Amino acid sequence: MAEASLPTAALSEDEAAYTAVRRAFGMSATASVLGVVVLVAVGLLSAISGAAGLPASGVVSALVDWIPLLGVESTLSAYQESILFQIRLPRLVLGMLVGGSLSMAGAAYQGVFRNPLADPYLLGVSAGAGFGAVLALGFGLDLGWGPFDTVPAAAFLGALVAVVASMAIARGGGSSPATLLLGGVAMAALFAAAQTYAIQQLDETRAREVLSWLFGQLNTTGWKEVWILLPYVAVCGMVLFVHRRHLDVLRVGDDEARSLGLDPVRSRLLVIVAASLVTAAAVSVSGLIAFVGLVVPHIVRLLVSHSYRVIVPLSAVLGAAFLAFVDIPARTLFAPEELSVGVITAIVGAPIFAIVLWRDRWSTT
Amino acid sequence: MSSAVLLESPSSTPALSCREVRVSFRGHEVVCGVDLELGQGEWLGIIGPNGAGKSTLLRSIVGLTDFLGTVALGDGRTPGAADIALVPQIPVLPKGMTVAEYVLLGRTAHLGWLARESQADRQIVSSVLHRLDLTAFADRFVSTLSGGEAQQVVVARALAQQCPVLLLDEPTSALDVGHQVSVLELVDDLRRTEGLSVLAAMHDLSAAGRFADRLILIDHGRIVAHGPPAAVLQSDLLSTVYATPLTVQSIDGDLVVLPAPRRRTNPKKEIS
Repeated sequence: MAEASLPTAALSEDEAAYTAVRRAFGMSATASVLGVVVLVAVGLLSAISGAAGLPASGVVSALVDWIPLLGVESTLSAYQESILFQIRLPRLVLGMLVGGSLSMAGAAYQGVFRNPLADPYLLGVSAGAGFGAVLALGFGLDLGWGPFDTVPAAAFLGALVAVVASMAIARGGGSSPATLLLGGVAMAALFAAAQTYAIQQLDETRAREVLSWLFGQLNTTGWKEVWILLPYVAVCGMVLFVHRRHLDVLRVGDDEARSLGLDPVRSRLLVIVAASLVTAAAVSVSGLIAFVGLVVPHIVRLLVSHSYRVIVPLSAVLGAAFLAFVDIPARTLFAPEELSVGVITAIVGAPIFAIVLWRDRWSTT
Repeated sequence: MSSAVLLESPSSTPALSCREVRVSFRGHEVVCGVDLELGQGEWLGIIGPNGAGKSTLLRSIVGLTDFLGTVALGDGRTPGAADIALVPQIPVLPKGMTVAEYVLLGRTAHLGWLARESQADRQIVSSVLHRLDLTAFADRFVSTLSGGEAQQVVVARALAQQCPVLLLDEPTSALDVGHQVSVLELVDDLRRTEGLSVLAAMHDLSAAGRFADRLILIDHGRIVAHGPPAAVLQSDLLSTVYATPLTVQSIDGDLVVLPAPRRRTNPKKEIS
């Protein structure tokens, strides 16, 4: 059988051309390194900001001390260490996990729906989670079980119900991106109405509590939320990472994707399930934080590449950094009062998004 | 009973064979039992009017549509994306995707675990670009290419798939005559140098006669004629199938199919 053999030695003849080709594959490695540097810098900044000032050197020494066998002694006092490890770090890590989850889920949704306006709440996750949380917060519905508190559990279940219902509706319509989108719109409207109705039945104090949950917060004590969220981030993040290249293939349409050797329906389903699951988990511990999942993938597109090979992992890293960063003013600006972090992401996110839209038009057409 | 004809291909082991391929949409049969064999290194052209079932036949061969019958490679396997590369009629060119990234999509069927592209995949992409003189285009966005350039890039992607069989679905119908010839010549060159077998639905009958080794004429889902171009490109046969008077001329040994000059019966002209 005649194999289509190609002259792989050709590039040694043409080193200069190969550099051009390499450039065209995107600056993924450089960008990843820079992304991690930004993430670490934001983490350090966040750790030293707050009412009880912790010295940067002390924070670094305490963290290095935590790694065994290095023989570095923490220079923080026991009180400072407990602030760092029991208050600052849990919140910082939770913010990073939530920001990373929402951003990579947003990138994944934009990929499967071939729609730049897609965000992780597209399939009714937000409305479903909101409805669940309203039931739990407002009506004292008790779903707490084992390590899971009532509100996160109710929000998680509500989100899953909404997504599954959206997908079930779309399945009758052939599971194309368009029918999925419409199924999501229908479910989101339904759950939003249910949620509004439920809030109207509440008294003022409880309604206020529900609304502050809906706007999103990273108010956490200890590491519990981190441990709840971590398995979802690990598993779903892995699935999305493995499928990042498939999202590029899906961009040429289902027929061409299939002729290139990809099962578009299966890939789309796996990506949607993973993205929805990690979004539901993030929402259940942090409420509805707007704009992160929409804006961060667009920032990556603008700065680095339009290829999902780069967008998915880099969105996770930059989303983590972004949310951790905006959480600093959220908890320090009106301390000891909290400002909902969702308010800040929307205030910061909307202008960034506008700039991205303008720049995008100039750069790729 | 089907009108299918068993075709003898020039070489002993075919690169691809179809047996009794039937495709129905909502009870209406659009491909009605087609048999064909594509020889190693052969260019087999499929011609026929719009709606004859050319594209549907090609789509069933690459598994894009359900069909009855068998499609098999020379060794009897069912073809996959590593065996047959498809060049679509109107390719989708995503915004913001570079030419190199687009050609890299051709490696999808070859990517390993974690779907990571290896150094070898990137090398194949760059050698394909080199081979097609597209290296200067590597970091251009595909959405900014002209029609002819874009179709070359799609051929590059198909080549990166490293398949022994290339399927073309009227690949040049959106191009002007100059780019049409250059894309077909490119495919012809590749067929000779890389040993590819080509199965192409072609809308331009003259180009089909010039590039194909054999032609299959399809009408209403059935093969109505097959054989070397000179045998299939007969003016009376084509005129019947295309339902319009056509004439076949020989210019320097190449067959050229043209609409037959029609005697105008224009009453106004007769008066003046």
